[in-house]
Amino acid sequence: MTDKSHRDRLLRVCDLHLEGRSDEEWIPIVKGVSFDLHKGEVLGLIGESGAGKSTVGLAAMGFTRDGVRIAGGSVEFDGVDLVNASADVKRNLLGKRIAYVAQSAAASFNPAHKIIDQHTEAPVQHGVEGRADSEADAMELYARLRLPNPEEIGFRYPHQVSGGQLQRAMTAMAMSCRPDLIIFDEPTTALDVTTQIEVLAAIRKIVEDFDTAAIYITHDLAVVAQMADRIKVLLKGEEVEEADTRTMLSSPQQDYTKSLWAVRSFERPAKPAPAVDAVPVISVNGITAAYGTVEVLHDVSFDIHAGRTVAVVGESGSGKSTAARCITGLLPPVSGQIELEGVPLPADYRQRSRDQLRQVQMIYQMADTALNPRKTIGEIIGRPVQFYGRMKGKGKRARVEELLDAIEMPPAQYIDRLPSELSGGQKQRVGIARALAADPKFIICDEVTSALDQLVAEGILRLLARLQDELGLSYMFITHDLATVRAIADEVVVMKDGRVVEQGGKRDMFQPPHHPYTDLLLSSVPEMDPDWLTDLLAERGVDNIGDAAVDKM
Amino acid sequence: MGSVGKIILQRLALGLLTLLVVSIVIFTAVNMLPGDFAEAILGQGATPEAVAAIRRDLGLDQNPVMRYFDWLGGVLRGDLGTSFAQLNFQANMGATSLQTVASQIAPRFSNTMFLAGVTAAIAVPVSLALGILAALYRNSAFDKGANIFTLSSISSPEFFLAYVLILFLAVLNPILPSLSNIYEGMGFAERLERTLLPALTLTLVVTAHMMRMTRAAIIQLLASPYIEMARLKGISPMRVIVRHALPNALAPIVNVIALNLAYLITGVVVVEVVFVYPGIGQLFVDAVKIRDIPMVQACCLIFATAYILLNLTADILSIVSNPRLRHPK
Amino acid sequence: MIVLTILAGVAGLLAAAWAFRAIGRAAAGGRPRFRDMSFGEAFGWVFAAAALAFGVWLYLQEGAVFFRWAVQGFVIFSVAAWVFRTLGRHVGTEATRKLFRQMPLTAAFGILVILIYAVVAIFAGVIAPYGQEQVLANANVVAGGNPALGGDPAFPLGTDQIGRDILSRLIYGAQNTVGIAFATTCLAFALGGTFGFLAATLGGWLDQVLSRFVDVLMAIPSLIFALLLMTIASVWANQLGVPLTVFMVVIIAVIDSTRVYRLARAVAGNIVVMDYIEAAKLRGEGLGYLIFKEILPNATAPLLAEFGLRFCFVFLTIASLSFLGVGIQPPAADWGTMVRDLAQFINYAQFAPQAAITPLLAAGAIALLTVAVNFVVDWMLFRSSGLKE
Repeated sequence: MTDKSHRDRLLRVCDLHLEGRSDEEWIPIVKGVSFDLHKGEVLGLIGESGAGKSTVGLAAMGFTRDGVRIAGGSVEFDGVDLVNASADVKRNLLGKRIAYVAQSAAASFNPAHKIIDQHTEAPVQHGVEGRADSEADAMELYARLRLPNPEEIGFRYPHQVSGGQLQRAMTAMAMSCRPDLIIFDEPTTALDVTTQIEVLAAIRKIVEDFDTAAIYITHDLAVVAQMADRIKVLLKGEEVEEADTRTMLSSPQQDYTKSLWAVRSFERPAKPAPAVDAVPVISVNGITAAYGTVEVLHDVSFDIHAGRTVAVVGESGSGKSTAARCITGLLPPVSGQIELEGVPLPADYRQRSRDQLRQVQMIYQMADTALNPRKTIGEIIGRPVQFYGRMKGKGKRARVEELLDAIEMPPAQYIDRLPSELSGGQKQRVGIARALAADPKFIICDEVTSALDQLVAEGILRLLARLQDELGLSYMFITHDLATVRAIADEVVVMKDGRVVEQGGKRDMFQPPHHPYTDLLLSSVPEMDPDWLTDLLAERGVDNIGDAAVDKM
Repeated sequence: MGSVGKIILQRLALGLLTLLVVSIVIFTAVNMLPGDFAEAILGQGATPEAVAAIRRDLGLDQNPVMRYFDWLGGVLRGDLGTSFAQLNFQANMGATSLQTVASQIAPRFSNTMFLAGVTAAIAVPVSLALGILAALYRNSAFDKGANIFTLSSISSPEFFLAYVLILFLAVLNPILPSLSNIYEGMGFAERLERTLLPALTLTLVVTAHMMRMTRAAIIQLLASPYIEMARLKGISPMRVIVRHALPNALAPIVNVIALNLAYLITGVVVVEVVFVYPGIGQLFVDAVKIRDIPMVQACCLIFATAYILLNLTADILSIVSNPRLRHPK
Repeated sequence: MIVLTILAGVAGLLAAAWAFRAIGRAAAGGRPRFRDMSFGEAFGWVFAAAALAFGVWLYLQEGAVFFRWAVQGFVIFSVAAWVFRTLGRHVGTEATRKLFRQMPLTAAFGILVILIYAVVAIFAGVIAPYGQEQVLANANVVAGGNPALGGDPAFPLGTDQIGRDILSRLIYGAQNTVGIAFATTCLAFALGGTFGFLAATLGGWLDQVLSRFVDVLMAIPSLIFALLLMTIASVWANQLGVPLTVFMVVIIAVIDSTRVYRLARAVAGNIVVMDYIEAAKLRGEGLGYLIFKEILPNATAPLLAEFGLRFCFVFLTIASLSFLGVGIQPPAADWGTMVRDLAQFINYAQFAPQAAITPLLAAGAIALLTVAVNFVVDWMLFRSSGLKE
């Protein structure tokens, strides 16, 4: 990452305004964004959801989606005014000199054609090179991007290739005409961490190899720190600040940027280990569970003690949510037992007593689907109060207000609102209040922060930590995000393919020696250090990261 | 290829099973008739011979299960029984030659197929073209106009459209005959001319449905990320449609066509009555009015079979044209 | 010859479109309006202009009586809908005013027509000049009320073959046809909705049995199945002395409830997988609470839209059955039956346009209501899909 700002300017975006249509009105979604991009330079665009970063990325290609229009400003690519250029002029640039890599490769490849046919389309159509040359070039690019069987993989259909490989094939496709500029629109957001790192390494290598300028759009700071020369921060369609990567990471200027950086610093003090003879609140003993005949959990055991948080981590498909379904009784296990304070719980939730149901509560990942959109906040929280506590009228109302106070939402303001009138973080708080209303001992938190922006997520974590200290709750914290684990967990259970790979106290888990899988998982999480990826690759070599390493186990 | 073959075989088996169950439903429905319905049907003037013949024909003294298998066996051999009207006629008039249901249905069946064929030949290309245009120029004046027109057309009963067409194309401007007088041995051109008005009526209804469904399918397709990707690769609009949209549109479009041909089956009944078109639909309605049970049963079975087969075809074609299933992992 | 004329016309339009775009480009300079205009769009504009010109020409023709009536009717309804919408925007509560502000003209037209039908149906006895079964002195009086042409001012729409006033029968038809269709749809919803919700919530064998049963019933085209069952019902109706119309309501409701079942099950199925339902189940809530307090409030919007569509379908099925002679039984006035009885008047259209209008009025009354309901439903569906995004 050297300074490239002295080189020729490739793209200049000046005071760009974009509007989106809702109902019959045009409302502004991007309010004046400007930046320059020089040859071979990588600009990271970061911001939370709704910041307008993808829209800016597309507008930099002179393209707007249906229902979006450019309301003002200019986009100038190598002397061509893309805002006012005719469709033919723009078409000549797209694919040939400006390319695009989309978030979901699986949806962005046409299912009806082989990968290589889609790869060669742009070069052949733009008259860059012939089909045979382009095919040979594709294989070379596949090899550079470390795709397995580069000679053969292009002749498969998109659905026959895995997500991480497809994302690299799409990067190869974007490279097919050797463009001057590539827009990467959250290319690794949908991938697991161990897959993500491979794709990141591949993208960075190829962009450097061909000296291509790029705009890298993401919401993940640590990722952008590895990829970009300069970083630009957006908030709700407005610029916050822009600086080169190292400056931005070491000394952010604006309050918003500083708060983004601070999120990752939240960490609870460690608790003393539970007494040896203490009875765990929840004890999972040798659970084996299956969907139909397919076994998805194999002999899973762990304990959760009073007032402590156990984080269950693993990638998608590792069985962590299934374990939660067994504990709640939604999926009766094939064998094994769940104990609540030493007393076995019936396997099926329908056989559990009302008091047993009350003790185990759940908070969901998607607050949108977890709250009935037709009920007011007061009704949602009031129902368990009435159902378990048998309170009515004034008593119920008082308890609901108390709970709203506990989640830091003023009752007078929120009690009669509908979920649709709340922000994502507020909805998640209401979900927490509903769980608290049952007055439980144990709460399962299923990826409660993964759908939220980082600042909001931090607020939720702090709230949960405070409630735990005040009420002596036990949490089972399902997550794939190790930063969350570091922030809130007391103990960690690592799962892979339906088995517990390793478990222990948090401090032990973040210090070697580890089980090789835990090690891989931990090492794959990007850190806020611009040299992290470089160091990692130097330390391990390209063959010992990501899925390649998993395959070796 | 193996898995597609397996799925298609499964669908075929399911279709056959559905047919079998439907035949049971139809048979059971007829068996819900009151015991002494023969007199009721034939009315006061029924001769004892006719009543006895009907009872014998339906085998009312046997147990229902046996009767069902007898009937099903007959159907499979092409023997659909003898119509009551014919029985009554024979009993009253002493005629010797009896027309079976099958021999009455056969010529009319081919007439109906002709009508459906002419309708499909007009409706399919027109509605696909209009549907694709409406999708490409969605939210334009053309799209909104087409939306109003198709909604009105779907909402109108077939006989309303039929009489409007008769009014304009047969009475006020005598271009086409208002009655479809079709007989055997007619020349193709003349036959086509007399079929055109009922076919146009059906076309109006079916086109509206087909066009709306095509439009919806294409719009959904054009919103997919791979179409946006193709545009962002700088591919010409024509090539985006032909190379990227059409191969994936095949499945939904084929589905739309088959479903609407199935829809024709219901429409044909009313339209044939309006134009006195000698097809199976008119025969069916006549049989319903005089409660000619074997005839009703047979027509119902034929309509249901055609309907199930078309739906089955739609199902299978959309499986075959799905690239994900054609090229399994 | 005709083919050649058409081909020449199309070629002329294509040439005109090309010229239109070329001229537009030259005149407007580099502005995107014409610069980026595709040939298809240019052709569309030229074609629309040609169609409009043809319409104007036809309207001015002496003989085009029906076309003129159609255009006049269209204009009158459009203006009425516009006035109605404007009224709605200024009268009523803030919520209804907001509703009217977002409403397209088609939906306003639909609501207006539905209101008119409702009023006519409810007050048929007050509005109609004669009774629906009342046989008057003169049969076959021509519509129009002009004695010189065989009309009678007392019967503005004339009388039928046995001397009943057609206007009165049209008005009573609203009560009979619409009322019966409405009752049938309600019954179909009660049946299909109940079983659909139960199947989605309970799942398991009940869902399997009901769904397979519905699959079989839906494998038979509904009009055909209705005709088969009506044949059998007609025998029973005679024996039991129960009016055939009652059988018809039950038969159509049962056949149609299969479609309602499918939708209700699908809608409830989408809601049942929501986390808030899981939360309620894990709380230990009973089936009644789940269905009435958690699922139903979220299912009303799609079910209401489906009610409109189902009503249209039932209404058209009943009209078709009546038209075929096996639906609503005489002497009750019914639009489908009226179309069949009056159909031969169409053939006099050339000499007496006003006589030919009566069967079309009855058929048009059916079409108008279904069009109106469809417009409203179309808008409702658009609104609910728009709100989701």
